[in-house]
Amino acid sequence: MRSVEDDDGVFKALADPTRRHLLDRLFERDGRTLTELESEVEMTRFGVMKHLRVLEEAGLVVTRRSGREKHHYLNPVPIRLIHDRWIDKYTELRVSTLAELKFRLEKTG
Amino acid sequence: MTTTTAPATQLYQLFIKATPEQIWEAITSPEFTTKYFHGSYVDSTFEPGAPYNGYSTDRSQRWVEGEVLEADPPRRLQHTWRSLYDPQAAAEPHSRVTWEIEPQQDGTCLLTVVHDQLEDSPKTAESVSGTGWMTVLSGLKTLLETGQPLAG
Repeated sequence: MRSVEDDDGVFKALADPTRRHLLDRLFERDGRTLTELESEVEMTRFGVMKHLRVLEEAGLVVTRRSGREKHHYLNPVPIRLIHDRWIDKYTELRVSTLAELKFRLEKTG
Repeated sequence: MTTTTAPATQLYQLFIKATPEQIWEAITSPEFTTKYFHGSYVDSTFEPGAPYNGYSTDRSQRWVEGEVLEADPPRRLQHTWRSLYDPQAAAEPHSRVTWEIEPQQDGTCLLTVVHDQLEDSPKTAESVSGTGWMTVLSGLKTLLETGQPLAG
């Protein structure tokens, strides 16, 4: 079961080229079935299922049933939340450090 | 050769540390939606068949119009959607938005938003995809968990 602060799962899921490839394929066309995704990678059906499971556990892929078919959807929200929580924090700091440097240089110059 | 277009079914899912009732209220009351939904003032009785409207914060313009299809407070809401903020999108047929709120054992809720039936509404699909819905949902989460609107 996923939990609210499970950033680890997202980072781990993204730390694999096959899984990033699968996400890119879903980004191109969402709602694909396992069979459709399987044709996109050089891998056994079992291997693709394993990777999809990791993506699902991280919340990056959500499956929905429609009749007998199971469709896979890319859920971009966990990446956005990581961006909000981590990336913004550091880029902001970098920018304010530069602003401080500029202020000091101009003051002494 | 096709360029990447925004998908006709878009799914967004996230956990929010709040009760289903709090999330329902945040989705259905304008006091909340103006704080996270691109400033949109939501107006509806949220009964099946009732109009679903989203106005600018000062209510001078209507940004979104639709109809409530299903309402099962505080678990499920489904309504149609037509974007009026863009003339091209406004000329497209209605699409559909479904909100699902599922309480978890740890006191959080899993919120799923599915925006679908966008097959004949590519302009609408493009305008709501990516940062469109994500800004709304990340703002909703921040507002409910911290009581503060998302900065910026």
